[in-house]
Amino acid sequence: MPQNSQEILLMLPHVVIGVGIVISLLIEMYSKKSETILPWISLFVFVFAGVHSIINISANQILFGGMLEVGGKPAIFNFIFNIGAALLILNSIDYIKKYESNHGEYYILIQSAILGMMVMAGSKDIFMIFIGLELMSIAFYVLAGINKKKSSSNEAALKYFLLGAFATGFIVYGIALIYGVSSTTSVDSIIQNFSTFTQNILFIVGLLLFIIGFSFKIAAFPFHMWVPDVYQGSATTVTGLMSTTGKTAAFSVLLIILSASLINYNIDIFAPYFAVIATLSMLYGSIVAIAQKNLKRMLAYSSISHAGYMAIGLAAANSEAFSGIIFYLAAYTFMNIGAFGIISIIEKQNDANTDLTAYAGLASKSPILAAFMSLFMFALAGIPPLAGFFGKYYVFISAIEADLTWLAVVGVFSSVISVYFYLRLVVYMYFKESEKDIDLHIDKYSLLSVVVSGILVIYFGISPDSLLNLILSVVN
Amino acid sequence: MLTEFGKIFIFILVAILFTIIAIYAAKLIRPSRPTKEKLDVYECGENIEGTPWVKFNIRFYVVALIFLIFDVEVVLLFPWALTYQDYGIYGFLVGIIFLVVLGLGMAYEWRKGDLEWARPTPKKVDVKFEKKNLLQTNSQINVESEN
Amino acid sequence: MNLELILFLILTLVAAFSSVMVITRKNPILSAVYLILNFFALAGIYLLLNAQFLSVVQVIVYAGAIMILFLFVIMLINTENEASILADKKPIKVFAIFIAVLVFAQIAYLIFYSNPAELSNGTIENLIKAGQIESIGRELYTTYILPFLIAGYLLLVATIGAIILAKKKFE
Repeated sequence: MPQNSQEILLMLPHVVIGVGIVISLLIEMYSKKSETILPWISLFVFVFAGVHSIINISANQILFGGMLEVGGKPAIFNFIFNIGAALLILNSIDYIKKYESNHGEYYILIQSAILGMMVMAGSKDIFMIFIGLELMSIAFYVLAGINKKKSSSNEAALKYFLLGAFATGFIVYGIALIYGVSSTTSVDSIIQNFSTFTQNILFIVGLLLFIIGFSFKIAAFPFHMWVPDVYQGSATTVTGLMSTTGKTAAFSVLLIILSASLINYNIDIFAPYFAVIATLSMLYGSIVAIAQKNLKRMLAYSSISHAGYMAIGLAAANSEAFSGIIFYLAAYTFMNIGAFGIISIIEKQNDANTDLTAYAGLASKSPILAAFMSLFMFALAGIPPLAGFFGKYYVFISAIEADLTWLAVVGVFSSVISVYFYLRLVVYMYFKESEKDIDLHIDKYSLLSVVVSGILVIYFGISPDSLLNLILSVVN
Repeated sequence: MLTEFGKIFIFILVAILFTIIAIYAAKLIRPSRPTKEKLDVYECGENIEGTPWVKFNIRFYVVALIFLIFDVEVVLLFPWALTYQDYGIYGFLVGIIFLVVLGLGMAYEWRKGDLEWARPTPKKVDVKFEKKNLLQTNSQINVESEN
Repeated sequence: MNLELILFLILTLVAAFSSVMVITRKNPILSAVYLILNFFALAGIYLLLNAQFLSVVQVIVYAGAIMILFLFVIMLINTENEASILADKKPIKVFAIFIAVLVFAQIAYLIFYSNPAELSNGTIENLIKAGQIESIGRELYTTYILPFLIAGYLLLVATIGAIILAKKKFE
């Protein structure tokens, strides 16, 4: 329990979101205008929590008797989650009007999902990891199916729920085995005695099951089957949230295992596993994405390949990889949220407008959207002066330092393949004549969100040191 | 030495044995003369029609889901009821926060009308339309009478 | 043979028998009823292991609420097509057998090859105490207070989600 006012102050992001959920629910129940009030409440909550986390980044403390870490590494993750969610809320204000009902619940569920992610990122106890994961996942299952009129949305929710519950089963079974061997749920004491525990085969099996469960959540290759359908079927803003902050939250847990092997001088038993996962995800995602005509589906496969690039860092397992993955996650979050923001603007009037053909000639219709979309595509492809490039760069460097040069080579090779389908969209926007007549309605909030993501992507690209130094200051 | 649970177990054992003995004793004593009517499923004296397997309304399922959630709440509050005194106002408040958060879920359900069951509503008569018709016929009558 | 061992044998036999019946019955309702029996037998085993709270939870939540959900789902789906659903699902059966063998091997390893003294810390008295509802309450409201509060939010989200997804407008 918090002992003094300073600890309560550090808890404030969690408390504010927790209170925000309650207030939002009350407003949803008793106000007729809830759908105009709730976006602003959630926006305030997210911006407050994000800014508060980044301001108090140096105040690293563990609260509740070894349950929750605030400040430091979790603060960076909280910043990514909250600012990402705030940008998506800006997008949703207009987009969500497309759906007939459940507008208020949409915002409440997003707040709950973010609360779950923050719990995951700051957890110092296996219980906390699990309960945060469940809070996030259950909110996402419902969010995927929030558009009940569309059968593909229902399918997405069902598929996501079944496979997600399956993955959760793996995680719980792994936790049971880990607890059985270590007799503790505290992450810190498990990490400290990691080398003694790993002599027990059951501990390794438990940890492997735990990692497999989270491989589902990060959408890595052999566990990716839900990704394309779920990303395509869900509402675009929800997909944006799932693919960025959801992935970041799952990686924040996987980084715990990385830190365990760092502290114990590289007893890196899982490096082969992560190397295989990384290779398969990168190549599979990049190659299959080429065949996609639907933009959301294409970005789903690109999300698989990005999970692969990040998994390179997990395989490398050195301190460069640690900061590299966090940088990559931040960069990936903002460029992907920007891309999904633009898709949500184009898709608003008609669900069929997620095809590549809908983007033909966008440059003449709306130069600003086309310019930002190209920016995000260049960033996702990893073209140099943008944030995506430095994410990949740091991860590849860490692989080379860990004598995994072949993995970095595969990564570069896969990036080259992926340039093809990212740039194909740019070609469509600038050099093709438009076939369909799309009536574009660009509302100012969505545009603001896209512009902010674009600025962040450029800023992290031009001066990557600003973010990297921040990450390095908390990692060491 | 018998623990408290041991006593409960003896109760359960006696209950199970009593039921089994009662059923089988009855089976041994009673005469057995089955006819077709006796072997049929009992349906208020009517002839059987169709299977007893009917599809439930999805609403029952929602109620069952809510029941499960509040069942878990009860299970979590049970330890609280036994120990909250030891932690003073703090222990009390924690339980209250938990209850309020879950109570909100209940209030939400109530407010959204999920506890109200669909009743057969009589078909609404479009009063305006009827009035208009009535007026029209009246005016027609007037016209006719003028003629 | 002491009383505890006899009870344990009876309960495990009931549990094993009922779980075999669950997967071999053709009628899903019968399977569900055997599952209830299985849950009760497990609750008895928990009692023998001095996990009284877990035993109560097993009966109240699993044998009570979750079985109701099972039965509702069985009643909601159309069982006329049940045979066609179950036929031609060989890969699933192979996968299920694979998982079962894996879990069995792991438990066998746990029982025969790992040192039980490593796994449990504390005396018998402590273990008996740990299963009591008061001590669970004490742990829940001191060490695990934060997970407990977040579990409240988890249940709230589950309530809202259930209402959103299963709601049907009646007009």
